[in-house]
Amino acid sequence: MMTPSINQRVALTMGPVLFNWPVENWSDFYAQLADEAAIDLVYLGEVVCSKRTPFYLRAMADAVGRLQRGGKTVALSTLALITLMRERKECAELISSGGCEIEVNDLTALANWDKGEPFHIGPYVNVYNEGTLAFLAGLGASSVCLPPELPFQAVESLAAKSHALGIGCEVWSFGRTPLAISGRCYHARIDGLTKDACQFGCARDSDGLEVSTLNGKGFLAINGVQTLSYTYSNVITHVDRLEAAGVTALRLSPHSFNMRDVSRAFRDRLDKRIDSEEALSRIQTICGPVSFSNGFLFGEAGLEMVTSPD
Amino acid sequence: MNGRSRLELVCPAGTPAALRTAITAGADTVYCGYRDETNARNFPGLNFSRVEMEASIAHAHDRETKVFVAINTFPRPGDAKPWHDAIDDSVKFGADALILADLGLLAYATDRYPHVRRHLSVQAAAANPDSIAFYVRHFGVRRIVLPRVLTIQEIASINKEIECETEAFVFGSLCVMAEGRCSLSSYVTGKSPNLNGVCSPASHAIYRQEGSEMASALGPFTIQRVGLDVSAPYPTVCKGYFTAATYEGHVFEDPASLDASALIPQLATAGVTGLKIEGRQRSRAYVDAVVHKLRRIVDDYAAGLEIQAGCLSQLSEGQNTTHGAYRKTWR
Repeated sequence: MMTPSINQRVALTMGPVLFNWPVENWSDFYAQLADEAAIDLVYLGEVVCSKRTPFYLRAMADAVGRLQRGGKTVALSTLALITLMRERKECAELISSGGCEIEVNDLTALANWDKGEPFHIGPYVNVYNEGTLAFLAGLGASSVCLPPELPFQAVESLAAKSHALGIGCEVWSFGRTPLAISGRCYHARIDGLTKDACQFGCARDSDGLEVSTLNGKGFLAINGVQTLSYTYSNVITHVDRLEAAGVTALRLSPHSFNMRDVSRAFRDRLDKRIDSEEALSRIQTICGPVSFSNGFLFGEAGLEMVTSPD
Repeated sequence: MNGRSRLELVCPAGTPAALRTAITAGADTVYCGYRDETNARNFPGLNFSRVEMEASIAHAHDRETKVFVAINTFPRPGDAKPWHDAIDDSVKFGADALILADLGLLAYATDRYPHVRRHLSVQAAAANPDSIAFYVRHFGVRRIVLPRVLTIQEIASINKEIECETEAFVFGSLCVMAEGRCSLSSYVTGKSPNLNGVCSPASHAIYRQEGSEMASALGPFTIQRVGLDVSAPYPTVCKGYFTAATYEGHVFEDPASLDASALIPQLATAGVTGLKIEGRQRSRAYVDAVVHKLRRIVDDYAAGLEIQAGCLSQLSEGQNTTHGAYRKTWR
């Protein structure tokens, strides 16, 4: 991971695909990303459901190879909620597979960690304050992706602390925001099934399945055991403030939109080739009629979208 | 360890009065928090001042009852003092254990007070022997409150592999999501269990008539609608009635609460040390009734008698109960 510096160019990372995409689409996504100049680091791996992992296993080595040959740094992400013995073993295998950095989304991965070996902390680990950040840095954390729930004041403090500790600080910047993880599978539940006997209903929904209220208002989105926001998080209008805070990377979460075009809009904005208004407009055009939100950064309800300058 | 039954009954004390009630009703242990954001039940009118905490711990100890202090939310950056003060004062007052979730606080408590018991809150969502071992290795935690996503078989396996004790919820409100890792409430209201110690806060609960029905809403979202002749349920963000594709119903969870009293024998066999009752926000009457009944069940079980479970239904949310995740079919 590059040595962070307050004045360094803010990097763009692509988070792991959270949804149950057909493996061909998944492979194509990474093949194309290998040539995408706007993206610096790519995370991949199954974060949500270990039942999906076997489908991607063979494609993963190929994807990693292509990305690395394209000059991308690759990190492998663990599951966000590890409970089964099989999942513990798969996590240990991921860690010992070598060749790539590891993104830890469940502290299970650190149970037998060699102190000082570097790792990334993913957005599912509760890093809310300096004490926690310092503890994880002491174990070897080289970067942290902050919980999407944190407001600017917290981001600013933690980015400063990260800089002091010599570690990277990443912020969730685009995509439906993970709000909760469960042992219960909601796709199975609405199909009248249980997780063990599911028929991979989650594969029907490449961006999560919308959940609406009885009044027809878009509320949340489900993705197997994961619950996401209905709105798409989008920090494009406040990139300057994040940069000034010393954030070292912005994370984009993959959806079925043209993510290369989304990443270029972010890169152009970061490089100041376009302004906020134009960047937002471009991303809205790419994504179609979806609602964006950035409320968490302002300490408001996460679903709110604040576009006025700070 | 006192001379009571092997299963320790760990009871909620939302106020000093509730604490006294729980002890009289038969609690082995009570758990409580301070009147601020340092614990995950930060509701108006609830919790303990410093003076009350000190007096209550003395009261409990006089009656051979233990007190665990919950300091289980996550401090904001630059603002850890309220949490550090809560830890320092609890130790000063003689608390039997600190219930913690935040890694930074665990490090603080381990460093400052190595001999004071540290319990891992359900808010840390440690759901397997490896993650539990992580907390034992780095912070010497002596007990884990098990996340409510595990089956009894999984709990039994965990207890065989780990070096510390476990505590399992047996009665009360249920979280369907992994606790301490849920931002549903802050997505809707800006208030979060992790940061503010509240979920689906009353400040955002609205009841309004919609046609011939009464709607319970949380912020901008209608969570549930019922007929005007029925009392409208509280709009807990994940307990509502929603639509998803062609499904219409309780997408996440039915508004039922946990009653695993019938599973106490199995929880005991699975190696659980403590049975935790949820409900610091409940009335004294509720605490009295629940603790009395569970005390009887725990004692009957310890004496080798057949237990009388299922008598608590009228105390449950919507009068519906579930065994939660203890049965694998919940997933």
